Formats: sequence, structure tokens, C-alpha cells
Amino acid sequence: MRTERSDVVVVGGGAAGLSAALEVVSRGLTVALVSKVYPMRSHTVAAEGGAAGVARDDDSLEQHVADTVAGGAGLCDEAAVRFVVERAPGELARLERLGMPWSRDDDGLPSVRRFGGMTRARTWYAADRTGFHLLHTLFQTTLQHAAVRRFDEHLVLDLLVDRPGGDAPDRVRGVVAHDQHRGEPVAILAPAVVLATGGAARVFGTSTNAGIVTGDGIAMALRAGVAVRDLELVQVHPTGLPGSGILLSEAARGEGGVLLDAAGERYLTDYGLGPVTPVGEPEPRRMELGPRDRLSHAFWHAERDGRTLPSRDGGVVLLDLTHLGRARIDDRLPFVASLARRFAGVDVATEPVPVRPTWHYTMGGIRASVTGATALDGLFAAGECASTGLHGANRLGSNSLVETLVVGRASGEQAVRTSLARGGSEAAGDVADDVLATGSDTADRLLALRGRGTEPPGPLRAELGRVLDADVGIFRDDAGLRRALAAVVDLRERYRDVRVADTSTVLNTGWAQVLELGAMLQVAHVIVAGALARTESRGAHQRLDFPDADPLPRHTLATWDAHADAPVLATEPVRESAAGGTR
Amino acid sequence: MSPRPDDASVAGADDAPSWDVRVTVVRQEPDGEPHEQEHVVACTERTTVLDALDAVKEQDASVTYRWSCRMGVCGSCGVMVNGRPVLACETPVLGYRATGLTLAPLARHAVLRDLVVDTDRLVGQLADVRAWLVAAPDGPGSDEPGPTTGAGRQTPAELNTYRGLAQCIDCMLCYAACPQIDLLPDFLGPAAVAAARRWDLDPRDHGDVLRRAVLDTEDGIWGCVQSGACTRACPKGVDPAKALRDAQREAMG
Repeated sequence: MRTERSDVVVVGGGAAGLSAALEVVSRGLTVALVSKVYPMRSHTVAAEGGAAGVARDDDSLEQHVADTVAGGAGLCDEAAVRFVVERAPGELARLERLGMPWSRDDDGLPSVRRFGGMTRARTWYAADRTGFHLLHTLFQTTLQHAAVRRFDEHLVLDLLVDRPGGDAPDRVRGVVAHDQHRGEPVAILAPAVVLATGGAARVFGTSTNAGIVTGDGIAMALRAGVAVRDLELVQVHPTGLPGSGILLSEAARGEGGVLLDAAGERYLTDYGLGPVTPVGEPEPRRMELGPRDRLSHAFWHAERDGRTLPSRDGGVVLLDLTHLGRARIDDRLPFVASLARRFAGVDVATEPVPVRPTWHYTMGGIRASVTGATALDGLFAAGECASTGLHGANRLGSNSLVETLVVGRASGEQAVRTSLARGGSEAAGDVADDVLATGSDTADRLLALRGRGTEPPGPLRAELGRVLDADVGIFRDDAGLRRALAAVVDLRERYRDVRVADTSTVLNTGWAQVLELGAMLQVAHVIVAGALARTESRGAHQRLDFPDADPLPRHTLATWDAHADAPVLATEPVRESAAGGTR
Repeated sequence: MSPRPDDASVAGADDAPSWDVRVTVVRQEPDGEPHEQEHVVACTERTTVLDALDAVKEQDASVTYRWSCRMGVCGSCGVMVNGRPVLACETPVLGYRATGLTLAPLARHAVLRDLVVDTDRLVGQLADVRAWLVAAPDGPGSDEPGPTTGAGRQTPAELNTYRGLAQCIDCMLCYAACPQIDLLPDFLGPAAVAAARRWDLDPRDHGDVLRRAVLDTEDGIWGCVQSGACTRACPKGVDPAKALRDAQREAMG
């Protein structure tokens, strides 16, 4: 097997991975940036609304911390929240110096807009393509650094872990990837690895997530024996296009858009989000700017109460932007307008657009510190794949883009320390034979799936989405979750005989999608098991049979039992300093 | 429970009436010759070209193409439909109901496999034109570690001078449309010049002199004869033809 060496390996080319990579090279080290696509295709590109950072005199770091903790429904790690909030304005200003095209006020300062759950306008934005501009700004910045060595369209198959046994701790030594262009496996060795592989919300049938958001890194961590946390907490976004699940940004409501039921009423007021705010004058944390979990719950109740409009994709409510006027829509919400026009045939300047909730964001992930450290020596995790305690049980919109920047960079910094302490890339090649042999065996085993099996992967993937949409939805109960668990276990059993018809080694996307499906099924198994075990209602996790929150908030921890081929669940308390509501 | 787009039976499945459409895919293995492969796919008024490709892949898993976001922003799924470059995810099949569709790899690109073409050329050209913010020689380094100062200022008018050019998603449709690539294989091309102009026009950037050495050449801006094909092909409203024209005008002084 071909081997490459670097001071640090970063897996994932989105905002978190690029931030980590830029930090590594700024300290004079080399980084191998490994992406299964090209970095500028990463799912950061689809983030619309903005990135939160205290910027104005009417705001304070304390207030941003308090809003985030209140939104998180008892599961935020307040120290982690504080770490990100304190660094957010500096990171956003740094993006300014890299050329980010922030939207501007007349005085030239970056504009800020209101966002759900935030008591002040503190969300910086670039129209409604914030993630797109952020990703391209960071990616183009990396192009000037020869020390960033890109491994584009390389599918990482697994972590390489040295397990010396005895008292010596396990250590990560790099990754084994498949070079989709050359059609061969490659071991990329380094003393430190940063996972920045994104979330897993593509496991749901109706999702805002791109096809590549399949939980690969979370599954890798599980296989390496690293605990994942709170995976059952998946955020539903209240305003997706019916059928496709395409996201219409919360910025639409931050700019003054309102939600109407079938009778044209502002129904949110009847589900605890009132009193009604005047149209076009949104107020923080009320009505349309309530936290996302509350808005999605309100939709569920409204649908049960017969207040939604029927459509072939289920009940819908109406997102009305018409009062904003075309000029403001063109300036602030051009992407929302073009998505509605193209994918729903609606001109949002003249008519309301039908929406319904869609799966959106993985709040849980690989258990990590706010500087990315995991329980496995040398392994770091940043961005949506990580659970740092920032988002708790319900993320506030625009907190995740700053998380990618702050935690991404902090992970890069920690990876540099680890790498330097271990002799960097010079020492990276000094790997026990059995570690490389294991990596080589992994590649052989996975490549041997080609040309075998009888279960076509498409129907397995579709069935997984249907099962999770139906029984692991906005409101859950024991019977539904048991049904879903049995279905996922059955799908995983069928997956053992999955069909890989394409036998090519070069750009074998059918094979790659089968590997992604394997990760999706494993992550889904943990999601459903965690949802079943969490016998309370909190944030994004609502149980019809357990409507109250437990007095003591706890995290769900999951590790993978390879022998039983199933997750093992435990709980851990929220860190001491954490405070906040327990809705 | 409504059907999901992943269903194999109808591409972009829903309850609407469907009809059969002929989808011909121009296939090519890494070292092979191109050949056509025909499929029939059931489509509705909502089916996109990408949905149709997914349905083809259910019939033959080896058909290879790129895709990701399904919402016209990641830039992965550029493809020729009946000779015209489009993003597969935001192009309805409806308009091709009568003619059928022939899907081919983006023209004027090296084919890696089937509909997957070389992307490294564009990324390399972005690096050639220094498509990033070049800091003032005496200013703070844009990429220095450590604590940061406050954000700089830029008026909305200054933003608007380059905002349109910053919308490029690197989808490469403009290269597929540009006839000059046939004559000048090393032509820098529309997207790379648009990217260079995006930074030249940004008042925060100080890289215009460095970029000029790459732009003001036969394979740079002078490779363009203003056919306008790039601007017509752009799915995001970027105007690379104007960027090239303005750059030529400036270079002439």
C-alpha cells in the first residue's frame, strides 16, 4: 500500500477542516487535507443564514452565552459555550481580513440580523449565502499555501490506530483512504488526525443535508472505540420545501417573514410562542423567532389540530415574505427567492411559499473537548461531527458556523502540539507493521465488496429514510422507537449482503455510496437506541410517553460493541458549570 | 406516507402523473472510447436531470456522475444536456419530454469517467491567478495567528462592485460553453478571470499587480474574443464576459 506522511491529517474540507488546516500551516507545519469531494463542494456551502458573534454595543458576551445556554435546554456545557462565544467575534473579523464578502451597513461595518433564540441581532451574514461565501473564502485562502497538501476525492476508509496493549494508551497514527482517481488505497500517516467530517442528518428521508452528509467520521470514531454523545438529538428545521426538504433559511424569518396556517392565522401564538408580534417587526425569541425546536413542535400540533394545508408531501404551512418587498428580498434573501422559484415554482415577493419541517442538524457527535480533544490519543474532532457541549439539546441557528471556525482552529492548534511532541511527519512513518497491515486489510476487505451481494443499496437507503421519518420524528414514543430499532437492525442485517455491481477501482461512486450507507446505518442504530433510552422530553428530543424533562440533565454516551455489533449506552452528567432551563 | 425522492420506481417520485423519457448517457471508462447507453426513466413534472440520473444508476450502478447538495450551490453536477451545459440538480426534465435527453460530460474538459471531468485544471487556475485576498505589503498579515482586531469597513457600494463576481460556484459550465478553449487549450478561461477580477475589484485586496502578470497574456484575458457564451451558460448570474471585457479595457490603459 502506498504511504504518505504529514505533520497533521485533516479529514473533511468544510469550514471546520479548512480552519484546522489553516491553523496548522500558520504554525509552519504541513497538513494533509483529505476530502471525499473537492473542499469547495463540502456541505458548509449550503449554510444560509449567518454566523453569530457579539458585535454591537447593545450586546454582550454574557448575553450570547445566556441565549445559547437557554436554547440548549439543560445540556450545554457552559464553559464550552463561553469558549466559543468569546472567540466568535475575533474569528468573524479574521474572515473579514481573508476577504469574506459580509453584507454591510451604510457605515461600512458588517451587518447583523436577528436569529431564532438570540435576544440581540448578532448574526453576521453575506446575504443568505453565508456558508457558501465562508467556504469559498477559506478554500481560496488555502490555495496559497504549499504546506496544505490536498487529497481531493479520497474516501477515508478508516482511522489507523496503534494498539500497543498493556498500560500503553492507544494512539491514532493516520488514516487509510481510497484514492478515487488512481483507484488505489493509500495510508496517510501523521501523529495527529482531525476529524471534520460533518453531521449525519442525511440518514433521514426528508433532510436539508447534502448527499455527502452520511456520518462517516462519527462511524469511524465508533469503530475506533471512541464514545459518541447525544446522537438522538437531531434538529428539525421548521421551514423546508415539502418533498425535497430543501432549506429556506431562518434568515427569512429574521428579516420579518411570518408563518401562517391554512386560515391565514399566525398559528404560533396558540402554541406558546406568542404574544403575536406585528408583521414585519420580529422580536427576539417570540413567534417566528422562537427556538427551532419549539417551532417544529408547534407545526406538529398544528397539523394534528387540522390547521395545515394538505399537499402530496403531507401538511404544509405558509411562509409569507410578501410584505418585505422585492428590493429587500433581492438584497437580503436572493438565495431563498431563487430556491423557492426553482424548486417550488413560487415567487416569494408576490405569494407565500408552502413549507414543512425538515431534518437539519446533528447536535450530538464524537465526544470532544471544545478544543477538539477526544478520548483517543492524537484524535481530534471539530464542527458538526463533534459534540463539544456548545449546542446542548437544541442548537441556535448561526452558532454552528462560528463553531466550525473556533473549534476548527483550536483543534488545529492542539493537533500541532501533539504532532510536534511526537516528532511530526518525520516520525509519522515510524508505525508498527501491524497498524499498516490492519489498514491494508481494511482496504482489501472493503474493495472485495465489489461484484458481490444481492441487496441493492438504493432501496436500503430509501427504507432507512422512511423508517426514521415515520418513527423517529418530531415527537417519539416507545412503540415507534422499538419498531424503528427493529427495522434498522433488519436493514443492517440485509446490508451484510449488499450488492456492489460496479467493479471499477476508479471513481466507483456506487461502491463509495455503499460505504456511506454502512456509516449511515451504524449512526442510525445509535440515534434510535439513544432516543429509546432517553425517557424524557428535552429540546429536539420529545417523547409523547415521557412529556417532562428529567430533573437532572444527562448526556447519552454510546460506544460500539463490535462483537455484539450494537451500541452500548451509558449516561454522563452535564459538566458542573452548566446551568439553564430544562424545558 | 408519501413516496420519497430516493424511490427507484419514479425519478423524483411523487403522486403526479408520470411518463417515460429516453435518457442516453455518453459513457467512457478511464482509458476507453466514449459510447452511448440508452435508458428509459419514468419522470414527472418535478423530476430533475439529477433525479433522472439517479434512476439510471438504479438500472446500472456503474454509471458515474458527481452530485451533492441538490440545491444548486455546491457546483458538483455540471453536465451537458443535448449539447448545453447545465446543473443537473436544478434543471427539470420536463423541457426535454419530447426530445429525450442525451447526457454527456462537460465539453472541453478531460473525462475521468463517464460524466466526471477533471476539476484540477480549474483549481490550478484559481491558484495561478491568486484567487485570494493579497494583503497590503505593510498591513497585518491576513492569516496570522493570535488575537484579532476589529473588522474593517467596506461600504455597500464597494461590496457591490465585486459581489456579483463572488457568486461563482466553480461549476465549470462556462468552460464547457467557451469556444476559445478549442483554439487555445491553455486559455485561463472565464471562471478564473472572473475570480481574479473579484479580488482586483475588492478594495481590501492588493494583488492586482501580481495578477496582471498572469492575466495580461495571450492565454490570459487576450484569449477571449467576447462570444459571450460563458455569461449565457452561467447558472448563477455571474458575468465572466464582462469581467474579461473590463480587464482587457484596463490592460489597454
